Amino acid sequence: MVSVRSIANTPSSLTPNDLPWIIEHREDRCTLCGKCAAVCPVGTLKLAYMRKRMPQLVLSSSERGSSYKTFVGIRQSTEVNKRCIGCGTCAMVCPNEAIHPVQNAERDRFRFLNSQQGEPAKRGGRRNDPGASLLDRIIFDRISMLTDPALDAGRHEFSCNTLLGRVLPPEEYVRRKLAGEWIPPVREIFPFVIGSMSFGALSPNMWLGLLQGVAYCNEVLGIPVVMATGEGGCPPWVLRSPFLKYIILQIASGYFGWDEIIRAIPEMQCDPAAIEIKYGQGAKPGDGGLLMWFKVSKLIARLRGVPEGVDLPSPPVHQTLYSIEESVMKMIQTMSMAWNFRVPVYPKISGSTSAKSVLNNLVRNPYAGALMIDGIDGGTGAAYNISMDATGHPIAANVRECYLDLCAQGKQNEIPIFAAGGVGKNGNVTQNGMALIMLGASGVHMGKFIMQSAAGCLGTESNRCNVCNIGLCPKGITSQNPKLYRRLDPDQVAQRVVETFMSIRTEMKKVMAPLGRSQSLPIGMSDALGINDKDVAERLNIRYVC
Amino acid sequence: MCRLAMKTASEPFSPFSVLQAMEAMQEGYDGSGLGLLLRGLKFADYKYNAQDPILSGIAHTEEALARLDHIMDKAGFTLKYDHEYDVKKAMIEAQDRHKYILRVYKKPAAWSKLSTDQVEHELMLTRLALRADGEAHGNDLTAFSLWPDVVMAKEVGWPLDIGLALGLDSGRITSRICMAQGRQNTNYGINLYACHPFFIQGVATMTNGENTAFIPIKDWLTGRAYPGYIGYQSDSEVFAHILHYVTKQLKLPLATYKHVITPLKNEELTKHPQGDFLRGLRDACRRLIIDGPNAVIGTLPDETSMLVMDAKKMRPATVGGKPGEWAIASEMCGVDAMIPDRDRSKDFQPMREHTVIIPPDRQELQIWSQFDQLPIHQAA
Repeated sequence: MVSVRSIANTPSSLTPNDLPWIIEHREDRCTLCGKCAAVCPVGTLKLAYMRKRMPQLVLSSSERGSSYKTFVGIRQSTEVNKRCIGCGTCAMVCPNEAIHPVQNAERDRFRFLNSQQGEPAKRGGRRNDPGASLLDRIIFDRISMLTDPALDAGRHEFSCNTLLGRVLPPEEYVRRKLAGEWIPPVREIFPFVIGSMSFGALSPNMWLGLLQGVAYCNEVLGIPVVMATGEGGCPPWVLRSPFLKYIILQIASGYFGWDEIIRAIPEMQCDPAAIEIKYGQGAKPGDGGLLMWFKVSKLIARLRGVPEGVDLPSPPVHQTLYSIEESVMKMIQTMSMAWNFRVPVYPKISGSTSAKSVLNNLVRNPYAGALMIDGIDGGTGAAYNISMDATGHPIAANVRECYLDLCAQGKQNEIPIFAAGGVGKNGNVTQNGMALIMLGASGVHMGKFIMQSAAGCLGTESNRCNVCNIGLCPKGITSQNPKLYRRLDPDQVAQRVVETFMSIRTEMKKVMAPLGRSQSLPIGMSDALGINDKDVAERLNIRYVC
Repeated sequence: MCRLAMKTASEPFSPFSVLQAMEAMQEGYDGSGLGLLLRGLKFADYKYNAQDPILSGIAHTEEALARLDHIMDKAGFTLKYDHEYDVKKAMIEAQDRHKYILRVYKKPAAWSKLSTDQVEHELMLTRLALRADGEAHGNDLTAFSLWPDVVMAKEVGWPLDIGLALGLDSGRITSRICMAQGRQNTNYGINLYACHPFFIQGVATMTNGENTAFIPIKDWLTGRAYPGYIGYQSDSEVFAHILHYVTKQLKLPLATYKHVITPLKNEELTKHPQGDFLRGLRDACRRLIIDGPNAVIGTLPDETSMLVMDAKKMRPATVGGKPGEWAIASEMCGVDAMIPDRDRSKDFQPMREHTVIIPPDRQELQIWSQFDQLPIHQAA
């Protein structure tokens, strides 16, 4: 049967009302400057001539009963790959507040068609799980100032730092110290770490801004913040700079950037903060890293030792991986040896029901410096939707199980657990982080939050923007296109990084003071936690409160 | 808030004098209990050999007492002296106190081949066996201590009343050290084991205040899989166990205790002659950092006494006295009541870096500062 062509109708036809975001445009305010259409990262906006009939009452037969008005309006593309992403850059540049995207209150139909050419939906950013997260619901309910003199968050001295690196049992420490034997390296760091985001996933200006901010926190404010590179190496000048000590270098299954790093070792002025071996991440467990071709610029290609403009998918696993035990042992010992056993080396894994197996393996490895677990709410530069939405394990129960497992073995001071995956995704970064710390984490990594807080990332948990993967970041945070990333001033990013960490530090004190804690980070202080959900309380072994 | 009083003297004295000092601090407690620990004992009606272990506890029923006898017999202990307190039952709130136990035993003959450490371990295991037996039978048997030259008593009520009810005013028992605590168990239920002082292998501490870092410390100590690190009905029990861990397991000098529970800051450690060792120790013992607010008064098997504070110093304690006789109390009026004829200008309140140590010779106070060099191996 031949189809009727009188109506533009294909299986993939959509109207603006079927899309996740609908652009609202006010013709009465529009000055026709065209900035919105010029700036739209996905090219969904078009200025279009439109004609409308103007009916009018006509008394004489010599005049027509209606006239027409031609005006310039905004058309929103209904093509799948050009749909509005809700980033709101149009509203940002509009001189007259005449335009902004509105989230479609209906459930969009676009999601059913987002597989053009057989390619499943991919995105960057976040899981888009709106509403209060579990971590947002955990409260600190053991207020000791009722039974004891209150601590003053503004006046007392607080020790907020944590340890990264393997800590020996006290008996073994004393024995080795007296015998002059090797003591594993331990770093004292601020418990909120800028999580792994690669030089490649992030634009040069964003990365530089982060590093400047971190250096300022350390050298001027005395907040020992560290940042992790993610996969993809580190600019050669940074490797040879005194700032390397604030950086956790990641080695992942693609080994991108490691030629440069190994070459730089003899010329390094200082050791890196730590080495992170990535076995998995929370946003896409079982997938390797992915830097899509849009972002493999000349600089990135040089840094990673690859041609320009090609997709860089890392393998899902390390090529050394025959078994996790063997791989972890080989890699941890190899990386430790590369820096002559002076740098903590630890694996990063995806949240999983099998996290405990890895942990128990690490407990018995004398060189393992920590375990980093990244939960399902973790963000990423690029992933298939299905991986991000439905694969992985929430962080809270994962960390808690691992910590209690360490407690049962009496090893909770030896292998610090770091947690990530949704820390601060709704803005409550300190509450989320402190909740994880009291559940047993020694510290937390945060990625999405720091991008939002330090660079104004436009993503929210309501499926907004999410184009980190295709290099079109309207803020210039995750783009390698100079036209875009020059929108971002590294100095201003650095200032926001500093403001963010100062604020986290103050909030930490505001949490610790009522609990009567100031001398050490309250790791595992689960008696201070409560939640208004019986099942969660039981699962996490904390108090149910209502 | 708890009130603490400890007196140490070269000549044995009656514990009742310390209870009278507790009375001076009465506004600070609520009659919820008294705990006593005596060291360096002298009995009016028995010539005691300081090597013989003494069992302190309560048999709440006749049947529990029979089981206690059976356990001690089976372990090879021989009863040498069974002290009968002059109990006035009417003055005691609790009704299930069949017998307050203070018994001197002869160690099992089979232990003669054991080293000192092994003997101490066996003594602890025997005490724990008695405790476990009581817990398995509805808490009808309470064992506070089994150790040479140590007597403990704990009971619910007002300190002076309990002293009178147990006939401690009669002078039948005197000692060179007496620790007493009027306990208000702020955070947890009333339980005889929760009453201070806490005891493990001759190490004893008592504390005022609240230990806000209790759970992580408890989790860590429990994880040592050491049989003595159990209980924790009170958040203050961990102080005794940390003191035991530092001195008996790590075998570090007493002055190290303070470095473990309240380590110095980074900038202070860089100036310390053993800063490198202490920084590593701080990392290794990180879970044992206390957050207070607490003053901890402790005594060791060799009759050394000590006083330390948490780093915030939000709980009071003061020490005063004269050669041969010293007192530590949570309030000055307590020290006044115990040693009225001292030079008050020499009283000392420790600051956050201090450990006050009264050595067994009791001639003068040692004020140990964390900034001083530790008496340990040069390699550290």
